[in-house]
Amino acid sequence: MHVMMRGITKAFGPVRVLEGVDFSVSGGEIHALMGENGAGKSTLLKILSGSSSADSGQILIDGTQVYIRSTGDASSHGIAIIHQELNLIPQMSVADNLFLGRERSRLGVLERARMRREAADWLSRVGASHIDPDQEAGMLSIGRQQLIEIATALSRDSKVLIMDEPTASLTEHEIEALFSIIGNLRARGVAIVYVSHRLEEIFRICDRISVLRDGHFVGERRIPETSFDEVVKMMVGRDLHDRFPRRDVHPGPVRLKVENLADEGRIRDVGFEVRAGEVLGIAGLIGAGRTRILRTLFGVDRRTAGQVSLDGVTLAIRSPGDAISAGIGFVTEDRKRQGLVQGLSVRENASLVHLDEYEYARTGIVRSRAERAAVRELIDELHIRTRDSELEVRALSGGNQQKVVFAKWLAQTPRVLLLDEPTRGVDVGGKSEIYQIINRLAARGTAIVMVSSELPEVLQMSDRILVMREGRQAGIFDAQSTSQEQIMAAATEGLRI
Amino acid sequence: MTTQFREKLQRLGPLASAGHRLSPQLKEALQRLGPLIALLALCVALAFLSSDFLSVGNVLDVMRQVSINAIISFGMTFAILLGGIDLSVGSILAVSSVLIALLLKAHYPAPLATLIGVLCGATMGSMNGLLITKGRMAPFIATLGTMTLLRGMALVLSKGSPISGFSSDFFSWLGAGYLARVIPLPVVWMLLLFVVFWFVLDRSVFGRHVYATGGNTEAARLSGIRTDRVQIVAYTISGAMAAVAGVILTSRLDSAQPTAGAGYELDAITAVVLGGTSLAGGRGWIFGTLVGALLIGVLNNGLNLMGVSAFYQQVIKGTVILLAVLLDRAPRAE
Repeated sequence: MHVMMRGITKAFGPVRVLEGVDFSVSGGEIHALMGENGAGKSTLLKILSGSSSADSGQILIDGTQVYIRSTGDASSHGIAIIHQELNLIPQMSVADNLFLGRERSRLGVLERARMRREAADWLSRVGASHIDPDQEAGMLSIGRQQLIEIATALSRDSKVLIMDEPTASLTEHEIEALFSIIGNLRARGVAIVYVSHRLEEIFRICDRISVLRDGHFVGERRIPETSFDEVVKMMVGRDLHDRFPRRDVHPGPVRLKVENLADEGRIRDVGFEVRAGEVLGIAGLIGAGRTRILRTLFGVDRRTAGQVSLDGVTLAIRSPGDAISAGIGFVTEDRKRQGLVQGLSVRENASLVHLDEYEYARTGIVRSRAERAAVRELIDELHIRTRDSELEVRALSGGNQQKVVFAKWLAQTPRVLLLDEPTRGVDVGGKSEIYQIINRLAARGTAIVMVSSELPEVLQMSDRILVMREGRQAGIFDAQSTSQEQIMAAATEGLRI
Repeated sequence: MTTQFREKLQRLGPLASAGHRLSPQLKEALQRLGPLIALLALCVALAFLSSDFLSVGNVLDVMRQVSINAIISFGMTFAILLGGIDLSVGSILAVSSVLIALLLKAHYPAPLATLIGVLCGATMGSMNGLLITKGRMAPFIATLGTMTLLRGMALVLSKGSPISGFSSDFFSWLGAGYLARVIPLPVVWMLLLFVVFWFVLDRSVFGRHVYATGGNTEAARLSGIRTDRVQIVAYTISGAMAAVAGVILTSRLDSAQPTAGAGYELDAITAVVLGGTSLAGGRGWIFGTLVGALLIGVLNNGLNLMGVSAFYQQVIKGTVILLAVLLDRAPRAE
């Protein structure tokens, strides 16, 4: 099967998000669709999967023009999409989810046994026979939930499978499993459209890359015939000489000292020091306790043992409020859930943490002018691209939203900044800007602790790297003299995966 | 649909969407002011339909009738901004009212009795807040429980019968007095409280924390906001406002009824929602609530002036509520 989109144009009001875009994918290939946030990838895929429609342009399947006006149309043409945020109903069983909307029934009575049997069959075809069709879907890991969606797509006889950031929330092990399943699907002639920000991944599994920029189709390359640099240049529109900008800081005295840190059972015996101006990376598999360290330091999770001291003074942090008054900031992992209040403006989000700085002499009343001026400065300093600081923060691109999360903590230069996946879901250009923010903070003497699942990022941005394994510290490495393989080895040593 | 027709539709696409070219700011402003525009339109219509409607006497009358619901609704706005709800306001009103009546009958000085009544309302509100935060209960359930419990308390305290005749000038002045001989005092209290709460929500750190907690509790907590405390204070305000409404009602009637205020929670929720505050939390404003309360009051008044039967009044009010919410949704569907 060959799907071809030709001259697709789409505008929202006066803004043209797609301008004559061509894109095609054939059975038996994995085709990466790349571009920065806002380049038009999601709109293009929404059009292909029927949840949006083009203003003009054509979609051809095997040379015949088709009209996709709804997700139902897309599905009947064999096109399925698996969203980054999975669409299962968590309270329902795996089998019920798989047959949602097309339940097998006789005279209106559900045929439970039949659905269970067929579900087991489809699951085994995606190498997921270990999933029990009777289990509640919400109880499964994200990786397994994704397999259910893939099985569902196959059971609907899908010939084109669109995957949007499928590896964003998977563990290394789950990613490997997913890749082998994707490989199988390709061998069986399924066409796969693959969207990801992770270049390493795309070069590993994809056959072709198409790049969009600002709603325009920039070009198409076969994987072995192109390079990281070329693809990045196509996406960003300029040479991005260093994906990881250099930092020239000589770390000062020890800022943060952590000894024998433990929480209620997820982490134990964690100890490290971070100097002023130093970046300590924390690597490890998902579930190894990386985020727990940050949450415990910040007073979100309860500390059950250990000592934390800042500039030589022992701290007793019991709540985020305590941490903030000690000068600790925390850029959380999940912008939407933990970082931002989506319904509030850029200004209100940016001033959320240090709002009391703008009070009239402890009266609880905000001096609007002072607040506005401070936020304007942060917007300039962090290059947050927004028309207006009064815009709702949800209107911004992922990268700019992430900069607003940083802004929350930077109204006062923090003594320690904890970063959890600071560039997740941020495009290449935005990443590089965030790295520069991190470097500037380090230069001002902030001690930085950064958890990241992207090994190249950890290696390039950190001075030293703490590797976690099953809630324990597997070692601290010097970033200069360590390789990705050594880190992975330390993170997985002795584990059965 | 035939293929040709679809193609036509596709070509028409850009034209059809021309209506959406209003600037987002203008669209938002229109949407926010929607309830106000509806209120003004209703007033203009009623002015034509009934010559009495715009007389000073009638306008002040409407405002006085609205004041009790408006004051309860101000408190309710805090609960709803937090994504919660306070069903217990009617019962809190009754308990405070009975308590004040008992104190007055026991010859407590009226200002002290009133103060105790309001503080008691605040305490009952903070109980709601504690059940919701420390007891981890859904606001609906927690306040449903206290609604029933406190209604029972009001009946117990009053032994089930009204308490009347307080012979206190101060106390009857609170609800039945006038400012400058024309403006009923309940209207003054309502406008005063409106200004205070507008300021709190718009200009204070606490107000910002209410919006942040209602919009995303987790993000607010991780930003160092003590979200539990924000919620407890919000429900305390709601309880206190119910008690203030109880003071006005008791004073006007010169009687405390243990069954007073039943169903008031629904009127308050209606006013808040008509005013554009989202039941999901995090979005809304106190001005909208005032407008929402006035809208209900004006509608009641107009229907009475026109002699519409009580049965039809209900049908019309229900229709207006549904229409208002539908119109509010329409532009957001985009």
